[in-house]
Amino acid sequence: MLRKYIDKIKPQFEKGGRFEKLHSTFDAFETFLYVPNTVTKSGSHIRDAIELKRTMFTVVVALIPALLFGMYNVGLQHFRAMGILDSTVMECFWFGFLKVLPIIIVSYVVGLGIEFIFAQVRGHEVNEGFLVSGLLIPMVMPVDAPLWMVAVSTAFAVIIGKEVFGGTGMNVFNPALLARAFMFFAYTPYISGEKVWVAGMNAGQTLDGYSGATPLTEIANSLSEKAASLNISSTVSDWIIGTIPGSIGETSFIAIMIGAIILLFTGIASWRIMLSVFAGGYLMGLFFNMLGLNIVMEMPAYYHLLLGGFAFGAVFMATDPVTSAQTNTGKFIYGFLIGAFAVLIRVVNPGYPEGMMLSILFMNAMAPIIDHYVVEANIRRRNRRLKKATK
Amino acid sequence: MSKVIHLKKGLDINLQGVAEKILTAAPLAQEYALTPDDYIGVIPKLLVKVDDAVKAGTPLFFDKKHPEVLFTSPISGVVTAINRGEKRKILNIVIRPSEEREYEEFNPSKPEELTAESLKELMLKSGLWPFVIQRPYGIIADPKDTPRDIFVSGFDSAPLAADFDFILQNTGDDFAIGIEAIKKLTTGKVYLGLSDESHSKVFSKLEGVVEENTFTGPHPAGNVGVQIHHIAPINKGEVVWTMDVYSLIFLGRLLRTGKLDMSKVIALAGSCVEKPRYYRIISGARVDSILENAIKPLKEGQSVRVISGNVLTGKKIDKETGFITNYANMVTVIPEGDHYEMLGWIAPRLGKFSMSRTYFSWLTPKKSYNLDTNLNGGRRALVMSGEYEKVLPMDIYPVYLVKAILAGDIDKMENLGIYEVIEEDLALCEFVCTSKTEVQKIVRDGITQMIKELN
Repeated sequence: MLRKYIDKIKPQFEKGGRFEKLHSTFDAFETFLYVPNTVTKSGSHIRDAIELKRTMFTVVVALIPALLFGMYNVGLQHFRAMGILDSTVMECFWFGFLKVLPIIIVSYVVGLGIEFIFAQVRGHEVNEGFLVSGLLIPMVMPVDAPLWMVAVSTAFAVIIGKEVFGGTGMNVFNPALLARAFMFFAYTPYISGEKVWVAGMNAGQTLDGYSGATPLTEIANSLSEKAASLNISSTVSDWIIGTIPGSIGETSFIAIMIGAIILLFTGIASWRIMLSVFAGGYLMGLFFNMLGLNIVMEMPAYYHLLLGGFAFGAVFMATDPVTSAQTNTGKFIYGFLIGAFAVLIRVVNPGYPEGMMLSILFMNAMAPIIDHYVVEANIRRRNRRLKKATK
Repeated sequence: MSKVIHLKKGLDINLQGVAEKILTAAPLAQEYALTPDDYIGVIPKLLVKVDDAVKAGTPLFFDKKHPEVLFTSPISGVVTAINRGEKRKILNIVIRPSEEREYEEFNPSKPEELTAESLKELMLKSGLWPFVIQRPYGIIADPKDTPRDIFVSGFDSAPLAADFDFILQNTGDDFAIGIEAIKKLTTGKVYLGLSDESHSKVFSKLEGVVEENTFTGPHPAGNVGVQIHHIAPINKGEVVWTMDVYSLIFLGRLLRTGKLDMSKVIALAGSCVEKPRYYRIISGARVDSILENAIKPLKEGQSVRVISGNVLTGKKIDKETGFITNYANMVTVIPEGDHYEMLGWIAPRLGKFSMSRTYFSWLTPKKSYNLDTNLNGGRRALVMSGEYEKVLPMDIYPVYLVKAILAGDIDKMENLGIYEVIEEDLALCEFVCTSKTEVQKIVRDGITQMIKELN
């Protein structure tokens, strides 16, 4: 039925048809509904069943636990800040759902809109990459981020971060992180400080004197106030469960780990990167423990892995196959340095407590260089062999 | 000295329709043909006209660049057609076989009596030379060269591939004679790559005559290119030759009898074949001679793809008028995948096979699959990393090589190992690619660029 209808209207979108200009759009929807009937023409006659849609869809599935928990937590933090402590799970979730949904919609509409336009102008098929980016962007935003800022950041990330390089697969920086970085540098007050992480705080709906600071901000504050010990209002188990203020999707270590298991189980994300990010962060934390010059350096190393965007970045951002290192050896180096730099930034520059974003973006830029040296080593092996042979 | 080399990387694709070890003599085909396009880089110059009578071993054409390399008729008969395409390019030379089999006479000789020169001359004249393939590049060898070594793979690990142990049955000493002879062609060694499941007596007899190495692991362990890489990799400036099992049987037979007898046993396999089994054919036969009544009844709207060769590297041929290519050891018949599948990318798709674990096929490694020719998605820019590396058991970075080729960077290609691969070695990379990149075509383009650049 549906297939017949699509076949009927298809000619109008082909070359010379009435809606030729919408070909890419039509194609995107058609291939969304149906795996196309294209058969192999050259080379291998059979092909693996994997395709980019399935890959991206798997990542979206992996993001869902963190997203759902994030929605719940948005509500929970909001009600806590208002002094309402007996709100039900459903109330919290519903509140968060209504807060987060508009951000998701804005991110997808703006991002996909731009993708469709570029695909059409280039005469390409629409690439599925934004299915994931479009969900990652809301999850790394503070809940009270104004929608127009989300829209502008998304547009910046997609156009400058991705399309000018040639679209998905060609980009140097992770688009979702670029959106967040843009927001951070362009509209700093809306994505830092103590008032943006809990819904309604800026609007003054919350109790007077309630602090909406994230644990990392509290740690930074403890240091600047020259306190004798860290002054954190939440506990380690709060961090693991995720009932703390923070970006929408980043707070729950457990939910992120469920995503990590899905990604590793399906083999979509590189275990090499994920493992080495955590290893890098932990070892860097231990190194600072040894220095022990102030209370932040003395903080247990595993705190770093649980706090802020570390886990979220390690699982969902660092493993982006396009912007990470491509070689297996390179992946270890790349991941390790992300973890190490993130902790370095956090500890050495407490004025900016969240180091993960900058660390990943920095290593995105460094990844090709890492790969270059790994591949060079392969070339040297080949040349050595040649020398031996010609002797 | 026999070494055992364990390869871990690669991928075995279990397909339905493995050929049963039953040998059927195929009836004489109505037509036989030689297709110049099957020989990479050859520009054919004709030596026959339509209606000429030919014997098995009569030259049909030669290569413009190497006039000494003759391509001969596999069977006696009459040239019935010389089909041409655009710009009068020769598509194929068709021969209708005669009732009586006639052969060109060549001198039978013993391998030990041969010199490199006399053997080359015999192989060139009889039309066996085109079976000598040179690496780098995977093209017909230049008879003026002396190769560093010669490599032969004694097994095929491709999906549904023919079992060489079975093929070698009833070939007597022909293979051994062929091997003995080609030792004259190189100053180095002749290497024979075997699998841990090769049990043919022919191979065990050759122990000590040639250097035998055993390879274990998934496909492409049987690819001669992979074997070379692990035994004695090709460096810049070196030339090695490869020959397949069939050509050595032909050569042995020629030396023993003085006749070019191109009969060989091939497998007919694939999920669309009613009774997959082995057939004795004469090289170049029209494929309908073995396909008659062999294909399972089709449902309405369904069609099949007939492949001369295996599903990864073979050539698509017409199921009635196509000819089995000269280098093929099998014919595969699988369903065409020219149908739509609603929301297929999100469905569980239990019948589909994937190396990635986004499907469930990895939980049932023994299960065999009925795969069709659907591309399973659209072409994209390369997004995923680490996929190609999993299926290429070589110290090569395939993605970087592919990108160097696309960029036309000759130095990079050379540095990244283009001399060590031909398209079949990276066929699995193409199979697993999420972005559906045409890896084999790219590799061949790269090799063509290299040949142009260096000559």
